[in-house]
Amino acid sequence: MNVLYFAWVRQKIGRAEETIEHTPALRTVGDLAAMLKARGGGYAEAFADLRRLRAAVNQNHVGLDAILAAGDEVAFFPPVTGG
Amino acid sequence: MILNIHIQNEDFDLNDEIEALVGDGTGAVASFIGLVRGGDGLTALTLEHYPGMTEREIERIAQDAQGRWTLSGITIIHRVGRLEVGERIVLVAVAAGHRGSAFEACQFLMDYLKTRAPFWKQEERGGAVDWVDAKASDDAAAGRWRKT
Repeated sequence: MNVLYFAWVRQKIGRAEETIEHTPALRTVGDLAAMLKARGGGYAEAFADLRRLRAAVNQNHVGLDAILAAGDEVAFFPPVTGG
Repeated sequence: MILNIHIQNEDFDLNDEIEALVGDGTGAVASFIGLVRGGDGLTALTLEHYPGMTEREIERIAQDAQGRWTLSGITIIHRVGRLEVGERIVLVAVAAGHRGSAFEACQFLMDYLKTRAPFWKQEERGGAVDWVDAKASDDAAAGRWRKT
């Protein structure tokens, strides 16, 4: 899976994207968020409060219960503030 | 149906955009322009977006508008990068046969753009740079279009 980070999520983590292998343990977007949070450091800061985060899978807005598959493009970002 | 969607660094010209939007069946064009608002210490905004998803999400919002109103054209231009106070950020222009559809669709598109399209703003105030928080009032504005 290609995992992308935007805005302050990207800044806290210190990178814009990375490749993460899809495993059975990463069933949902929430599972991936929990795994990333457990890495500590900037990841723990970025994923400290999941209510402050939004996610997309394959460029569609999704909830934390969305199912992941190998090859997915997953993105984590703050609530949008354009316009 | 004309659909023009552009994410760009460059400014846009309202007259050029309206000229490109109108056709034989157009009787009304409603447009909205969002500007970088100063006057409270803010000096500039920097806009970031999610390339690919932004265009797709705006297309989905435009399709939703076409399902609700009879429209002949939609232009949405959103700038990214660093923009100073007074600069234009966003243009939404809607062409329709009659004014009612044009006015309503323009407001709908703007409300949905603010809550669905993946853009993020950073504010510069003096030397400080901060990410802008999403507003509950924007969610409420988009929520009133929900079909019950």
